[in-house]
Amino acid sequence: MADTNVTERVSPILDVDKIRQDFPVLSKTIHGKPLIYLDNGATTQKPWVVINRVKEFDSDEYGTVRRGAYKLCEDSTKYYEETRQKVADLLGTPNKNEIIFTSGTTQSINLVAHSFSRRFINKGDEIIISNIEHHANTVPWQIVCQERGAKLKVIPVNDSGELIMEEYEKLLSDKTRIVAVNHVSNALGTVNPVKEITEKAHSAGAKVLIDGAQSAPHLKINVKELDCDFYTFSGHKMYGPSGIGGLYGRMELLEEMPPYVTGGDMIMQVTLEKTTYAKPPAKFEAGTPPISQVVGLGAAIDYITDIGLDKICDYELELLEYGTEVLSQVPDLRIIGNAKDKASIISFYHDAVHPHDIVTLMDQEGIELRGGHHCAQPTMIRFGVPATARASMSFYNKKEELDALAEAMKKAVKMFAG
Amino acid sequence: MAYSDELYQQVIIEHNKKPRNFFDMEDATHNCHGYNPLCGDDYEIYLKIDDDNIIQGVSFAGSGCAISKASASLMTTFLKGKSVDESRTVFEQFHKMVLGEFDPDESENVLGKLKLFKGVRNFPSRIKCASLCWHTMVGAVDKNETVSTE
Repeated sequence: MADTNVTERVSPILDVDKIRQDFPVLSKTIHGKPLIYLDNGATTQKPWVVINRVKEFDSDEYGTVRRGAYKLCEDSTKYYEETRQKVADLLGTPNKNEIIFTSGTTQSINLVAHSFSRRFINKGDEIIISNIEHHANTVPWQIVCQERGAKLKVIPVNDSGELIMEEYEKLLSDKTRIVAVNHVSNALGTVNPVKEITEKAHSAGAKVLIDGAQSAPHLKINVKELDCDFYTFSGHKMYGPSGIGGLYGRMELLEEMPPYVTGGDMIMQVTLEKTTYAKPPAKFEAGTPPISQVVGLGAAIDYITDIGLDKICDYELELLEYGTEVLSQVPDLRIIGNAKDKASIISFYHDAVHPHDIVTLMDQEGIELRGGHHCAQPTMIRFGVPATARASMSFYNKKEELDALAEAMKKAVKMFAG
Repeated sequence: MAYSDELYQQVIIEHNKKPRNFFDMEDATHNCHGYNPLCGDDYEIYLKIDDDNIIQGVSFAGSGCAISKASASLMTTFLKGKSVDESRTVFEQFHKMVLGEFDPDESENVLGKLKLFKGVRNFPSRIKCASLCWHTMVGAVDKNETVSTE
């Protein structure tokens, strides 16, 4: 309940007022109202340290990476590789060469889907995804199935939005080559039991890709503990620049997989007759990468690491609990996705106010939400809704903002249904 | 919500709640399916056009946001009895109005009560919602099976 006990609203976990000062956009207004940014599942805002680091790098230090023997190039290469180390530390691998920079999760999954399948997937093989995947973790596998003559199997979900593990086990067989699931569903907020999923896949002899787009900025991750084979993330969902993200891949697989995008920088030697490839990660990083964005990503990782992912996770769960409570008090509002284990995403639906109208009405109140199918149409179909409105919270959000959302929703419902 | 009042006028909210001519027409001479992938607005538009090219009946069915549904509802009440050529003219003026290229308050027009949707021009992401039914109506007249706003 939007209670009056102010002391209860002050989180002991994080000094959110102080954190908010790190993000210039959070003091802006939208349509004359203070901005309440609740579309963090789509993209997160940037702190000054990221904005300033990119500006400083572009102004004073910019050069290409890997290819020049002069000062600007050497320094740029150093920063570029330092970020690779930071990503490796964040994801928990001791070998930074298992980290490949990509443009983001979509490209990371496409890389694995196409490269892995050329080497390991043949006619009659099977690939498993779930019913609550983003299109980025659905479409590439559909294409692989068409191209390789493989079959796509789908793990069903229960009415709470949790994967039905008994059904998953039935889908696994000696034909399964890879299981590709998200760590956190972008449409429902479900946190999937990825460790258990991985164990069971490995027992069946299959590899595992985890789409970490929604988890990397919110949960503490250790790819070695999870024992997964691939893990993907997007920089712009973790307070860094857009256009940069990455892939963790187990080295022995990366070594066996053929290159995906080819050209400069990914070769060892090229003659007109034959080309030998560089070792991972260079083998998968053809062309000049987004250098400034990598440097910015490094600053973003430092920033969230300084705050602490444990604290971020605890505080965001507090927001999830509070947001669920206040939104549940909006008459006839249905929360879609009630898994026991959830991240700070609340998807909701109201019979009287279409999600697209909700988004427009909330925008007028300065509240930025996402409305639509969230690039997860099979999820919408499963839950029998055309779309949902979604509030996705970050550690810079406050409970007061969720109160404002609930109040604005009550107003909208009254306007449409009253 | 002062600014959005311009978009969500009472008439629009009322048509969203109680859409007119909201049924599958079994004896339609023309029909077309319209889809807006952005927000999932999904409608079938039905027309009954006689030998003199006059629209004798018009209805719609499907689901979508308030703007798309109210726009379709108002369209059905507006087009009955009009000729196909007149309907095309209304569509063109309506489309230009919501795009902000035509101001019915400053120029002669055939829009009548459809002027209600003028406010849509200030909400770029909603223009397709308002115009979907009109594109679909033209699609039906032209004997297309499907129209998409993308």
